[in-house]
Amino acid sequence: MALQDFSGSPLHLSVPAAEYLSESPIQFGQINPNIASNFINTLHQDLVLSFPPGFPPSCSPSVPLPFTMSHGTTTLAFIFQGGVIAAADTRSSCNGLVACPASQKILPVHSHLVGTTSGTSADCALWKRILARELRLYQLRHGRRLSTAGAAKLLAHMLHPFKGTELCVAATLCGWDGGERPSLYYVCSDGTRLQGELFSVGSGSPYAYSVLDGGVRWGLTVEEATSLARQAVYRATHRDAYSGNCVDVYHITSKGWARRDREELHRQIVQQFKTNVSQC
Amino acid sequence: MEYLIGIQGPDFVLVAADNVAASSIIQMKQDQDKMFKLSDKILLLCVGEAGDTVQFAEYIQKNIQLYKMRNEHSLQQRYGNDLFPTPYHVNLLLAGFDETDGPGLYFMDYLSALAKAPFAAHGYGAYLTLSILDRYYRPDLTRDEAVELLKKCIEELNKRLIINLPSFSVRLIDKDGIHDLEKLVPVGAK
Repeated sequence: MALQDFSGSPLHLSVPAAEYLSESPIQFGQINPNIASNFINTLHQDLVLSFPPGFPPSCSPSVPLPFTMSHGTTTLAFIFQGGVIAAADTRSSCNGLVACPASQKILPVHSHLVGTTSGTSADCALWKRILARELRLYQLRHGRRLSTAGAAKLLAHMLHPFKGTELCVAATLCGWDGGERPSLYYVCSDGTRLQGELFSVGSGSPYAYSVLDGGVRWGLTVEEATSLARQAVYRATHRDAYSGNCVDVYHITSKGWARRDREELHRQIVQQFKTNVSQC
Repeated sequence: MEYLIGIQGPDFVLVAADNVAASSIIQMKQDQDKMFKLSDKILLLCVGEAGDTVQFAEYIQKNIQLYKMRNEHSLQQRYGNDLFPTPYHVNLLLAGFDETDGPGLYFMDYLSALAKAPFAAHGYGAYLTLSILDRYYRPDLTRDEAVELLKKCIEELNKRLIINLPSFSVRLIDKDGIHDLEKLVPVGAK
């Protein structure tokens, strides 16, 4: 780690810089066109409107991309009295076709922390693993687990040098801190890091938000919360073309994370609807 | 879409910022604090591009803390301004109270323009509120009058700005330090 000498002038700021951060990030990612990849796995991004001035213009990559990246998903997470619920759909889309109908968008980082992923699937998987490695190293060096806030800060600072490149990671970190309380952070590769009680990320997120905002309360039971999360993802998959297939739900408590079996909700809900209609 | 405002009085500076953290068309968080404490009597208000704001503000904040630790005294307010152009797209208001110079409000933007001003605002809301400040500001405002002026500005935003800003954090800096005032919630907003 290199630290510049502090010369005494108030304008001289100390700049800690690890060597790897001074390498150009665009040299990463050269894909050998001769290697066949059977498993193209990308996700769709949330809506982009040309709203804010000074939005970073997309830089032309120095390496030609094998296919145009596009992103789409619905993930959500919220805190309630029973811990944290994280839910996501399982569709990986690539430019208008479904590349994989059974992908996993909620990745465990350690026993008490899971992260939902949105953006480019490969980037998310890689950075989650890097985060898991760094958290484990921290735990070994300091004898205690890093809090969710610390993990979010670490991830945000690791992603910051790649701002302005094609890297796209939008994750919510759902964890339980030090046996005391649940914690939820949203981290994005554009540098955003927000602490909150309810987040939804992805192209289907507006649809999920509208269902969640009407139902999320602190006092929900675990069954009610899971049911609400599944409904929200299902409604988003119904309306959003880039979200679909099944629903994954994870529940994080002081004992760690627990995974609910993957469910395909469309048939269930259509069947229910038909039964209700036929009973009228 | 974000809004910052600062009003300097004879022995205080009043600052306010909205509380929304947005991502494209969605409000992700309605209680975001956009003010960063640089020292006991200096606040940095920071808006702009998503990640840049917090990264930049925390960078400045931690370096100033480091300076304080190394030199056992704080940076005076005017040195809290950095004058070199940066790749960060952030607009800032720096507000503080100095022992020798008294209260001060500095307007900075992403092109590294710097101006000391009696009142200042950032964001689309500035277009609507600067003329109110021009009309009603006096250098000898009392604290209550400054808060009333701030309320006038926020009511105007509530009325005319197309974007709903549901609440604003308000702080006051004087010789006794930084004081949190009541959050302002415009009438008619939920």
